[in-house]
Amino acid sequence: MSDRTTNDGIRLSRRRFLQVLAGGAGVLMVGIRVAEAADAPVPLGLLGNTFYDLGAYVRIDSDGNVLIGARDPDTGTGVATSLPRIIADELDADWSRVRVVPLGLGVADNNGQPRWTYGRQIGGTGSSIPAAWADLRQVGALARWLLLQAAAQRLGVPANQLRCESGTVIAPDGRRLSYGSLAGDASKVALPNNAPPPKNPNSYQLIGKPAGDVDAREIVTGQTPFAIDQQYGDALVAVLTHCPWPDGTLEHLDITDTMAIKGVVKVVQLKPEPGQPWGSTVIAPAVAVLAEDTWSALQGQQKLKLSWKPGASGSENSSALEQQASALLAGTSDPSAHVRNDGDVDAASKKAARRLQATYFQPWLAHATAEPMNCLVRLEKDHASVVAPTQSPRDAWAVVQRLTGLSPAQIEISVPRIGGGYGRRLDHDYVAEAVMLAQAVDKPVRLLWTHGQNLSHDYYRSGSVHQLSAVLDRKRQLTGWNQRMASASALARRGVPDNRLWTSEVDADQLPAALVPNYRSDWYAQTSSIPRGPARGMPHLSNAFAVQSFIDEIAHSMKEDPLDTQLRLLGDPRQVALSAGSTLDTGRLINVLKLVADRIEWKNWLHSVNGLGIACWHLNGAYVAHAIEVAMQGQKLIIQRVVCAVDVGRVINPMGLEGQVAGATLDALSTALNLAITFNDGQIQQHNDKDYPLASMAQLPDAVEVIVVPNDDLPPTGASFLAMPTAAPALANAVFRASAVRVRRLPLMKELLRLL
Amino acid sequence: MAPVQAQAVPVTPDSSIVPEKVRDGIALEINGENYRHTGDPQMPLLWYLRDVLRLTGTKYGGAHGENGADLVLVNDKTVSAITVPMAKLADKRVITVEGLAANDGMLHPVQQAFIDEDAIGCGYCTPGWLIAAVDLLKRKKQPSDDDIDQLPNLCRCGCQTRVRRAIKRVAAGKAGQP
Repeated sequence: MSDRTTNDGIRLSRRRFLQVLAGGAGVLMVGIRVAEAADAPVPLGLLGNTFYDLGAYVRIDSDGNVLIGARDPDTGTGVATSLPRIIADELDADWSRVRVVPLGLGVADNNGQPRWTYGRQIGGTGSSIPAAWADLRQVGALARWLLLQAAAQRLGVPANQLRCESGTVIAPDGRRLSYGSLAGDASKVALPNNAPPPKNPNSYQLIGKPAGDVDAREIVTGQTPFAIDQQYGDALVAVLTHCPWPDGTLEHLDITDTMAIKGVVKVVQLKPEPGQPWGSTVIAPAVAVLAEDTWSALQGQQKLKLSWKPGASGSENSSALEQQASALLAGTSDPSAHVRNDGDVDAASKKAARRLQATYFQPWLAHATAEPMNCLVRLEKDHASVVAPTQSPRDAWAVVQRLTGLSPAQIEISVPRIGGGYGRRLDHDYVAEAVMLAQAVDKPVRLLWTHGQNLSHDYYRSGSVHQLSAVLDRKRQLTGWNQRMASASALARRGVPDNRLWTSEVDADQLPAALVPNYRSDWYAQTSSIPRGPARGMPHLSNAFAVQSFIDEIAHSMKEDPLDTQLRLLGDPRQVALSAGSTLDTGRLINVLKLVADRIEWKNWLHSVNGLGIACWHLNGAYVAHAIEVAMQGQKLIIQRVVCAVDVGRVINPMGLEGQVAGATLDALSTALNLAITFNDGQIQQHNDKDYPLASMAQLPDAVEVIVVPNDDLPPTGASFLAMPTAAPALANAVFRASAVRVRRLPLMKELLRLL
Repeated sequence: MAPVQAQAVPVTPDSSIVPEKVRDGIALEINGENYRHTGDPQMPLLWYLRDVLRLTGTKYGGAHGENGADLVLVNDKTVSAITVPMAKLADKRVITVEGLAANDGMLHPVQQAFIDEDAIGCGYCTPGWLIAAVDLLKRKKQPSDDDIDQLPNLCRCGCQTRVRRAIKRVAAGKAGQP
């Protein structure tokens, strides 16, 4: 390491600083760190002296290889590709020389408190791209500026006469210097007073151009290590049998036969810690079998003789909960939350020319990740190494810290590529289990859930009932909208105040809020002991199905083309203020609607023998529409065409975006067609892929036609679940045209077959 | 002088060479290499690959291999690795995702086509799709959409439409081409 290990940073914003670290000879490293105090940059020396200590960094080696750190966990959202490309473009790097390194959690000890040295680190919440746009461009821009200064000195040419191209600095007379040859000198250049400005977007080389997944070659050759693939030689494999009831107790346990299995080392009981919020401790009481290898552990698990006693949740029943929701909505009790109330819905209703009402029912859902919960833990007196498939390494750290009492920097969280997240891995029950087991056996532990446990012990999405009422005047204008929803909040038992529990269930700004003069949205809380938590697309997935189905029903009742109804509701292209301080651009929504309509030849809507359906939505400043064409052959539903248009502002990686949009569409279709979690006597009834059947290749459309609206004037937004909400209502609306059956209850196939 | 008469000396083999006893265990070939399993013959192939050989490309995909992430080729037939005990694999030839590429690193056309079409979601189930696709294309050089529909794999990330494109790309001989 060089003796120069400190360097003042450049202030980016109130709390973020760009920093340069002189590493080994001839190496340039640039990163961002988050300051604790808002006053002065913290000397880099406090950060340690290896490149792994820098987050969101770029490192240029003397041989011209470029390493770029990927800070956010990649669950298949493509952030390990898209985020580094933002840095690489600002740097004018040669992408073929870039290697992406996944970063574990960046944490330092700040007087016993954690300091997050990489800033935010969270995946699958739709916020990675917008956050990266705000800071990662600066990292590349600074590295490029330093290289230019070094080149200017060496060539005797002012920096502003030099240009950069694909890892090379080029002088006006044609002389060329590779980045590798400049890296050492660049690391000694004094930092500018202000962060160098990012590139002119007109000269982007990588941003906006398609790129495949950076891990693709390793994945197709079976070389990518997921957490489930990692191992310490001396780790015991732990498999768990969970109590069917989160609040149940172990009644009887006989481990004689289990201990007789060769390789089985120990049987350990686990219990949720009282008072800990959902997602931070063991999900339900469990008996763990620890063995030298997976096969021995699984055999030992088979031989356990045990019985469980239900707790209070032992009387819960999903159909009874739904009936209770319906009763709440039919009654006159006050809602748990007034989500939004514009104008006067009751007065509008009195003046109505026409009133409509419909109720939509949606099931409980599981996350069904491909890679089951697992975790590898090694505990030492003054150190914990944890390999976890977590979407939120900070929260994993907090669980390990609480259970071990170690100081912040003694805990190391590695986050390899993750086999699907969908919100499940924002919770860390499996980390708590692995740590508790490692403590119990005083050995490293490799925890492995079975596929069945993944389904039957989850923090589910609650089922919901949505009662929608609309009021139309004589000119067929929508003058009133009253939405009442009942569900069990995903935020319950997580330390969230009661008056905020609605925020996981319904969006105050969702369509058609702000477009209808009299609009009311109320939410009724249900209680349940069945664990719940964040889920992909929540709360838009359930609400878009209800709202966009209902708009189709309104169109039908007026004998109108649903596209015309949608367009009249959106009105003229304009900016409409939303409650969150953001705006709804109706023009962008109209545009995506028209694009999918044109592509699917909506003009045939009335006369097509097939059914055409359409739906649109907006979320987090992005816009999406689906148009779907289906055919009914007897009782068989064939999804013939699916078109999806998205407007996400600037696109970082069109290939990645297309994959996300097509993938979210297929996930949403699979969910809407087939999936439901049910419980009886408090026990989840789905234990395998037959009970919870993700759609087969045959059930899904052969293609998803993705249209991306070019919109480089606006900053990029996240798209990992953007295309989920509109797929199900577009499908149900198409099914209605094809079969005359209106499906108001999901999963769709079961309900369609019941009604046909 | 009479020529020295060569005497017939009885030849005995080197004492270190002894007839080999019948060896215990199950001999099989995995990705072109020979292995002999002497542990529990009921151990499923999946755990032998993952725990014993540390070949972790083949993933755990459910107790019965429901989602197809644990598919391998056994004597050129697609099999869920968790459903086959080692006892049934004597003298069999197993190919896992690690064995699809040539020894010089040249990718199998199906692997290349998955990269070309970015037919990857989270990547966990990808090895299973690759094995199933290799098998399909071996049986049918020009698979129809209905043939592709029969693939047993599941994927929540929604890579199915891109997998379909990748298979068609291989059938068209365009793997690795723009």
